[in-house]
Amino acid sequence: MAERTQLIHHYLRHNKKFPHVYCAGCGHGIALGSLIRSVHALGWSKDEVVMVAGIGCSGRMAVYVDFNTVHAVHGRALTIATGIKLSNPNLKVIVVMGDGDALSIGGNHFIHAARRNIGLSVLVLNNNIYGMTGGQCSSTTPLGATTTTTPFGQMEKSFDLVELAAAAGANYVARASAFHAQGMDKLMQATFTHRGFSLLEVVSPCHTQYGRKNKFKTVVDMYRWLKESATPLEQYRKLSAEKAKGRIPLGVFVDRDEPSLEERYADLRADQTAQAGRR
Amino acid sequence: MKKQPQIQLDRFEICLSGLGGQGVQTLGKILGQALALGHSYYVTQTQSYGPEARGGASRSDLVISSHPISYPKTDKIDLLVALSQEACNRYFGLLKPGGALMVNTSLVKQIPTNRFLGLPFTDLAQDRLGLPQAMNTIVLGAITFLLPFAKRTVIKKSLEETLPAKIRPVNVKALNLGHREAEKRFTDLPTQWGGEESGD
Amino acid sequence: MAKPKKKSGREIFALGAEAVVEGALLAGCSFYAGYPITPSSEIMEGMASRLPGTSDGVFVQMEDEIASMGAVIGASLAGRKAMTATSGPGFSLMQEFIGYGCMIEAPLVIVNVMRGGPSTGLPTSPAQADVQQARWGTHGDHSVIVLSASDVQECLAMTVTAFNFAERYRTPVILLLDEITAHTREKITVPTPDSFEILYRLQPSMPPEWYKPFEETVRGVPPMPPLGAGYRYHVTGLTHDPLGFPTQRPDEIVALLERQFRKIDQFFFDIQLADEIETADAEIVVVAYGSVARSAQLAVAQAREKGVKAGLLKLKTLFPFPRTKLERLAPHCKILVVPEMNMGQMSREVKRVNTGQFAVRTINRVDGQIITPAEILKVLRRR
Repeated sequence: MAERTQLIHHYLRHNKKFPHVYCAGCGHGIALGSLIRSVHALGWSKDEVVMVAGIGCSGRMAVYVDFNTVHAVHGRALTIATGIKLSNPNLKVIVVMGDGDALSIGGNHFIHAARRNIGLSVLVLNNNIYGMTGGQCSSTTPLGATTTTTPFGQMEKSFDLVELAAAAGANYVARASAFHAQGMDKLMQATFTHRGFSLLEVVSPCHTQYGRKNKFKTVVDMYRWLKESATPLEQYRKLSAEKAKGRIPLGVFVDRDEPSLEERYADLRADQTAQAGRR
Repeated sequence: MKKQPQIQLDRFEICLSGLGGQGVQTLGKILGQALALGHSYYVTQTQSYGPEARGGASRSDLVISSHPISYPKTDKIDLLVALSQEACNRYFGLLKPGGALMVNTSLVKQIPTNRFLGLPFTDLAQDRLGLPQAMNTIVLGAITFLLPFAKRTVIKKSLEETLPAKIRPVNVKALNLGHREAEKRFTDLPTQWGGEESGD
Repeated sequence: MAKPKKKSGREIFALGAEAVVEGALLAGCSFYAGYPITPSSEIMEGMASRLPGTSDGVFVQMEDEIASMGAVIGASLAGRKAMTATSGPGFSLMQEFIGYGCMIEAPLVIVNVMRGGPSTGLPTSPAQADVQQARWGTHGDHSVIVLSASDVQECLAMTVTAFNFAERYRTPVILLLDEITAHTREKITVPTPDSFEILYRLQPSMPPEWYKPFEETVRGVPPMPPLGAGYRYHVTGLTHDPLGFPTQRPDEIVALLERQFRKIDQFFFDIQLADEIETADAEIVVVAYGSVARSAQLAVAQAREKGVKAGLLKLKTLFPFPRTKLERLAPHCKILVVPEMNMGQMSREVKRVNTGQFAVRTINRVDGQIITPAEILKVLRRR
């Protein structure tokens, strides 16, 4: 306990910006805990970590942690992070976004950052809803779900974040769940240390804005659902299509080792400088 | 570039016009660069072009003066070079009285005046060099012959500084070809350039 | 005995766009992010070929203009002198981030080579249609510096000035060019790096625990360390307290926004640049900027030959609008002529600050053509 308190005091702006905005039962706090444990386990100094966050519940995370923190405009966290990483590749740049942030308003930036394979550690906290603005549907809201802007049920299909990132060219793609905190720690550390664009999707329940309207009576019901439907990827791949339905595969989906954009750029610059020297 | 002595000019205006892809802009750049850096004139080179990279209208204008130039665009043109029929039709009206018209007779078949300087530039590039892309440099050679204030050595230097090494030799050949052909054909040269306007 | 003319720098025959590149590199720009758009792409192409050859230069082509501005802001936070260039439609896309840049006080430079609008408009033709957008394009009250240049040498000089203002005042600076200025080639001298005063943002001298990133200072401009230098702080587009954390306290909001205005307002004398040509005794003065100022200069010379006491006030700073330069004309000048390639965006400013001293005549063109000296001369000679 004492050790945990010390960690909290070391990494959180505990004297400035608490209590936080997260509702009871929100998965974002669990992701924040995992993030701090991961940074601590990796032994990074707070000065070398930059957190860029978007707008929304996930975006507020940047206020709480004692890193270099940038709270971007809605959907554009990746663009700012790209500028930071290219300007100083030594910085550990962590980008935190929500599903609406990363995939709706920021969808274009998301696929292009992945395609560029820029060395960012990207966390998308997917709660299938616009939480902060009052529970409107997002591009990951499941078909049929009720939200304040789909009072008759969502009729659009939702994005599969993992498939999207993989197809766009991300070097590392994984999914964790807020129920499986220890598993999340492992995946988060891998995400932070992998070269190139590394994505971790965190399935994060939002009972306040999503669960209540979609037949989850209590927060506990949401976590029970998460516990029961989450399946390790290896097992999931063995399931028949029928059995796989409704399950959430967790694990590492993509693990490539292609050079990142900033590495390629460093090579180009070395090459250009050498040429200039010869001239 | 080494500085050359210069003839006094007060807003001598050249309009180079043709089709997109004919190298009009490059031609303007090389000529302007030679006059500005080699001959130490004040030069403004402006351009107008359509959305097309190939075909469509393309125009590059130069104002050359011994004094600083305020208005950068051409106003009353002393030399109009028209490399296509469309360009000739469109810009002939901008030529000032006493100004010279030089046309590419390979493509300009209807010439709005009897007083013009014509060379079949497209055919020359194809037949004599086997390289249609060098047409603009042949034009540059002919212009060099026409302009009393442009030295061939200076133009050649500007050409060589602008083009990549690989295509330099053929373009020097093209420049000389244009100059030679102009020397042969252009016997009735305008004499009043840079001075008083004369009625036609 | 006359001294031999000292040759400092190298002469090149360059486009206005290429002069912007030279100016940016001289000013210490080491980061460019952009998206191609006519007629500004030559700036981007120049940066693409030049930056990778410098010791720390970064060039990146982003997926759109929004992303370009985001990357430029990120680079600025990381300590770089950063810029982007665009034209009308791209400039519209950048507006959200321009407001963010003002709010977080990020030094950066945006070059907008104006073309005809609205919408896709006239991509290859000149206009000056974004003047008011440059001032008021982003939402919310904000202060911003908008500069202009009318010839190729000035493109270089004003780019350096734009970077200097951005660094000195910790603010986005917009350089408005038009298609003619960007696409005119002229002989220019690229000065040696030591011939310009090059400014850098103020760095904190206090220990990190004392540092307040948005603190009131004498100039109103707090120091700005690069990310990763040990001064961990929070950056947000929300209204924030001196430490950078979101606030809704009215007193803190007012303090923040007032300082952001004041840091520019109290330095009008430094920021407001204009060239006065034959204005000393002028009875009629043309107020012009960009390529139109060159037409005006010829028109003024021609008018003088005809005995009209004409002058030219060439604006290099468009915003904050240099009203004192106009007021100084009042004792002898009765008429102002404002020619511009739009429906009257700068003449609005002239009329706004005019308290009855001047009659204002406007000349407007929106057909993609430059306003000619003859058109201006006609208005100068009208009694």
